[in-house]
Amino acid sequence: MHALFTVFAKEFLENLRDRRTLVSALLFGPLFGPILFGAMVSRMLNQSVIESDEPLHLTLSGKEHAPGLVTYLESHGVTLAYKSLSESEARSAVRNGSMQVVVIVPAEYPARFSEALPAPVLLVADSADSQARKSTDRARQLLASYASGIAQLRLQARGVNPLLALPVAVNDIDVATPTGRAVVILGFMTYFILFAVLMGGLYLAIDSTAGERERGSLEALLSLPVPRASLVGGKLLATCAYMCISLSISLTAFVCVFRFVPLERLGMSANLGVGTALEFFGICLPFVPLGAALMIFVASFTRSYREAQTYLTSVLLVPTLPIAFASIYSLKTKSSLMFVPSLSQHLLMTSVLKDDALAPGDVLVSALSSLSLAALLVVLTARHWRRETMLG
Amino acid sequence: MIDANALCKHFGSVEAVSHVSFSARDGQITGLLGPNGAGKSTCLRMLYGVLAPDSGSASIDGVDIRGETSAARAHLGVLPHAAGLYNNLTARENIEYFGSLHGIDRNRVHRRIADLAHVLDMETFMDRRVKGFSQGQRVKVALARALVHDPGNLILDEPTNGLDVMAIRNLREMLYALKAQGRCILFSSHIMQEVAALCDRVVIIGDGRVLADDTPEAIRERSGARTLEEAFLQILGDGAGIR
Repeated sequence: MHALFTVFAKEFLENLRDRRTLVSALLFGPLFGPILFGAMVSRMLNQSVIESDEPLHLTLSGKEHAPGLVTYLESHGVTLAYKSLSESEARSAVRNGSMQVVVIVPAEYPARFSEALPAPVLLVADSADSQARKSTDRARQLLASYASGIAQLRLQARGVNPLLALPVAVNDIDVATPTGRAVVILGFMTYFILFAVLMGGLYLAIDSTAGERERGSLEALLSLPVPRASLVGGKLLATCAYMCISLSISLTAFVCVFRFVPLERLGMSANLGVGTALEFFGICLPFVPLGAALMIFVASFTRSYREAQTYLTSVLLVPTLPIAFASIYSLKTKSSLMFVPSLSQHLLMTSVLKDDALAPGDVLVSALSSLSLAALLVVLTARHWRRETMLG
Repeated sequence: MIDANALCKHFGSVEAVSHVSFSARDGQITGLLGPNGAGKSTCLRMLYGVLAPDSGSASIDGVDIRGETSAARAHLGVLPHAAGLYNNLTARENIEYFGSLHGIDRNRVHRRIADLAHVLDMETFMDRRVKGFSQGQRVKVALARALVHDPGNLILDEPTNGLDVMAIRNLREMLYALKAQGRCILFSSHIMQEVAALCDRVVIIGDGRVLADDTPEAIRERSGARTLEEAFLQILGDGAGIR
């Protein structure tokens, strides 16, 4: 036990003096997420404000064929630009981005319109352009409401109750609460938190294993009368300590960022205060030894610092896999998923954000599954350290 | 006292060390001499307990070295071939770390470091970070680290590698001083002059086998050669065929 703390104290001190470790563990790792987040949310905020305030711009070709439609659109605040375009000209203009949405009224429109046959209108737009999609939707909506207005007038003129043409009245009820909507975006945040945890221990895990071997200090260390498990334990503990510091910095930064980003203006409310941050810390705490054990385990098998760096950067991506899986299949919090580390932390943190009550059983299973996987990795690592191949 | 008893070790199909037996006695400097790849390092690694022999045994003062916490390790100081230090720690912290891992209490470690700093003449750089130390300074720190628990036995694997003439001279004097204190010193080398100048006893290893084990003088006389170097080449030729 004494040896374990000696190793811990030395690794902690040594890495505190290493500038690269400090930058990656205590600056880049924990602050990357919050800063990216603040920037992303601010940008979304600006964009949505612009979109709702701006009048709809449409390019209209063949205005002489449909004076009624033109009047209707103008009376609904659409800014129309009149051009005479063929269909292929309109297509290429939209494709190269010089126009966003083009409405073409063909020459046969007036004849068919007056005969009460479906009169063609072409709506040329690029559905892959997410910027233009809003305008396209608004244009489509306006055209549809113009058409249904005309239809009602025609029915009335023939002495038919226009309501006959409305057999079903659909009412949209959107149950997304402001918090619920925020969760979609904030779901990414949980990954950045787990990323901060892993980054916090990355360099220490490499330095104290592959680094120790590459520097040539390992052999002298292994000749000492110290159980190998104590060496591994001390290095693990030091890695955990840096991960906890990184986690704390990351959570503090998130709390600060969300104090300055007015989420309410997006119609969202994120309850990320000090209390939530503390809950997050508690949820992530069992993930810390798992992350540390995984990194030390992987780094112990590598031959050099460089090799360790290569493998461990992929370890950084490991917690994304379950989270990505969860987003693709939009998994909801379920007790059976609490056995999966990183996914369980993601789901628990999301629940906290949604203001859902946490089931104590879920929290316990999440913690125990992460901790037992960590314990298994520690045992395997210690066993590897007892092997001769450890000398390299 | 360091004993090798019929040590055998193979890596894959390569027989690295084969039935090696010898003793290094207290108050003597024993040199393990052999060409590159003869099995010197493998042999020493088994003696300081980081490699387990396939058969045979290694003991320090009669205690078997095997086992992570063997009592034999407490009586042995080791300066491995790669005696790396922790660059972000000071010389003192490097030495303290090993003292603490040996389970020695702080005050004794501090006293011991003060002694070593004086003996090894390292007071001027004791509290500087190791990063940027000269090779000579590094060897001193590594040697102090190996001696922090005041062991009766010392194993050094090619300690003069990379040292300049002055530093080699210094090291030689240090080893004489340690020998005078009655310690058992075993070191490996492939440099003849070094061994001839330093050793009370020489064990010549070729192809993983002991080819000679005697005083330098006796080895030279027996082979009828004028110098130890000629004797060495002759013995290697007899033992392993002319390369």
